[in-house]
Amino acid sequence: MSVIYLLLSLSLIVALVFLILFLVAVRNGQYEDLDAPPVRILFPSAKTKETQSEK
Amino acid sequence: MEKEHFNYDNIIVKKFLHATLIWGIVGMTIGLFLAFLFLYPDLNFGISWLSFGRLRPLHTNAVIFAFVGNALFAGVYYSLQRLLKARLYSNFLSNFNFWGWQLIIVAAAITLPLGITTSKEYAELEWPIDIAIALVWVAFGINMIGTIVKRRQRHLYVAIWFYLATFVTVAVLHIFNSFEYPVNLLKSYSVYAGVQDALVQWWYGHNAVAFFLTTPFLGLMYYFIPKASDRPIYSYRLSIVHFWSLIFIYIWAGPHHLLYSALPDWAQNLGVAFSVMLIAPSWGGMINGLLTLRGVWDKVRNEPILKFMVVAITGYGMATLEGPLLSLKNINAIAHFSDWVIAHVHVGALAWNGFLTFGMIYWLVPKLWKTKLHSVSLANTHFWLGTLGIVLYTIPMYISGVTQAFMWKQFNPDGSLVYGNFLETVAQIIPMYWMRAIGGSLYLIGAFVMLYNIYKTMSQGATVTDEEASAAPLLRLKKGRFAGEKYHSWLERKPVQFILITTVVILIGGAVQIIPTLLVKSNVPTISSVKPYTPLELEGRDLYIREGCVSCHSQMIRPFRSEVARYGTFSKGGEYVYDHPFLWGSKRTGPDLLRVGKKYLDSWHFNHFHDPQAISPGSIMPRYPWLIQNELDTSETVAKMRAMVAIGVPYTDEEIDNANHDLLKQSLQIEQNLFEDQQIEAVFKNTQGPPLHKREVIAMIAYLQRLGTDISQTQLETINNSK
Repeated sequence: MSVIYLLLSLSLIVALVFLILFLVAVRNGQYEDLDAPPVRILFPSAKTKETQSEK
Repeated sequence: MEKEHFNYDNIIVKKFLHATLIWGIVGMTIGLFLAFLFLYPDLNFGISWLSFGRLRPLHTNAVIFAFVGNALFAGVYYSLQRLLKARLYSNFLSNFNFWGWQLIIVAAAITLPLGITTSKEYAELEWPIDIAIALVWVAFGINMIGTIVKRRQRHLYVAIWFYLATFVTVAVLHIFNSFEYPVNLLKSYSVYAGVQDALVQWWYGHNAVAFFLTTPFLGLMYYFIPKASDRPIYSYRLSIVHFWSLIFIYIWAGPHHLLYSALPDWAQNLGVAFSVMLIAPSWGGMINGLLTLRGVWDKVRNEPILKFMVVAITGYGMATLEGPLLSLKNINAIAHFSDWVIAHVHVGALAWNGFLTFGMIYWLVPKLWKTKLHSVSLANTHFWLGTLGIVLYTIPMYISGVTQAFMWKQFNPDGSLVYGNFLETVAQIIPMYWMRAIGGSLYLIGAFVMLYNIYKTMSQGATVTDEEASAAPLLRLKKGRFAGEKYHSWLERKPVQFILITTVVILIGGAVQIIPTLLVKSNVPTISSVKPYTPLELEGRDLYIREGCVSCHSQMIRPFRSEVARYGTFSKGGEYVYDHPFLWGSKRTGPDLLRVGKKYLDSWHFNHFHDPQAISPGSIMPRYPWLIQNELDTSETVAKMRAMVAIGVPYTDEEIDNANHDLLKQSLQIEQNLFEDQQIEAVFKNTQGPPLHKREVIAMIAYLQRLGTDISQTQLETINNSK
């Protein structure tokens, strides 16, 4: 059953990465404003003029 | 501040949408064909590459990685740019992602029907393709993170967190489950064996569902439902809370696929506990999605897009309620190996992934092609066909699963099994297989209706072009370190760099330390009578893998009275130490085969491969004429054994040197046994083509006759008593 140590450590690492990500996100103020973000995505984008060129 | 002007890359989204439509139809069509193989087992007309065992992995791979995969790339690439107010990081990476992924799918569509497979579920592709997947996936990740780095919107919307979690976790899962030792370009053996391999596989398999089919689609839900309904999500706070709790809990739930198996109890219970906890974050997401539509249910009535999305979220809610329930040991004892699980995964696939993809397509295509949907009523038709299809598919499968599972467990008062013949339990559920095929047909017809509708919409629309946009750039805090700032403090301000570096460091450290010890330790047999396979049996085992026998036959007898009475004594972990890869299976369309060895004569197996229905009337196993006709390729037997030695199977040099000789000897013995059957002798004694003992079926019989025979009854008692 030694593989379980591999899986446990991998899962812990993934969890740890997420934890760091979470702490960084909180510290960077990602979650300070919970009202604007859901509404912001509904605003039409700043300017959308269709380009004629076909890229 | 001066606004910057830039273009959103719509062309790449268009490409992925095309691919989604095409592969969706392909994957579902193969699925429907498989459904009909249950009803007409010989619908493959004796053609090997149309047989169930070979097409089943193609169906699952096509639907998961081709249909859902392309849909997730399309949705992520569309929403990511708009959420971050930035064009995708690199055109090259986007296109590398697209063409690389399509090439992988084509490679899968060629190799799987040819029987080139590792047999590990949803990870069947052979090692060169595995490497390609890793490369393309990393390209996707770099492209996404690059876009995040050069974003013009400092806040990362919740959808992006889901995309990030998807990338990180799938990369880790895929890499660690794909450790294989190559024999040649098209054949490899899993470096893990038996119980270990099973554990890694289901850690992967479960999380593939979690992080390939669930998290990216939750991200898409959080973008496309607000967009389609023009409502902000119900609770942003809830979305954050359920995101973090979901990803923290999900990775621990994998062992629930191995309940009552040879896995240690504590690991099983850990999996169960986390699986039950999962219900909270899962339903948090479902509730958040549904409540977003509060106040606009009238729109749902008129708008097919929202209808699709509502059914998708409802399907998600059903599947994630059912998941924790199926993880409870008492329910799992009934549901595992039965059609219940087939119903469960199809609620997820058809409703959650399928319908969310359809909704997204109906919303995106008119936007990108700058037109209106060709026909709303056709979209509604699709919706009802699809919904009816889901109902007619899943309900019969639930009934079938429960019916069969209870028949398996039914005892007479005298202690014998009521349905001792497995076939009786199959015959009972054939009507359910019919209804499933009808439900699947409806769902597929619906998909064709969509294809037509979308095709008309695309042709009436304008050419898809990149979309101009403008936004102010982010104020840079400061590039590089401040004067006097320590390297680490700088790093702390740079989440992306920080995460990448930590991941790499930790992964390398972990891998270097753990894997070598693991490989050595894992192959110490705990049961002394368990020996490696003979060369012929090894070749037979590779045929068993090639033909996908594991799709329908398990090799795992759980410690229940009903299973021990039917199949023989229950499985021990020590029996599987030379099984690279493990072949426990996850579904019993046919009976378990772990103790089939020596149960029947060699000639019984031969005749059964020739015509299963002649031996077992009503059997739904297909014929395997090609096994009987093809000559066994023994050119790599020695290479295979050497590969096995490299991953810990103790073949001696002598055994390897004598491999071909031993193989021939065992083949001749089986041929001799077969010729005791006069009919076989009459046909095959002076046959054209290779002599009978050189044919593939001989190796297959050798393997089957070996299965489960290493432990004699007396030894078993010693093992049990010594516990």
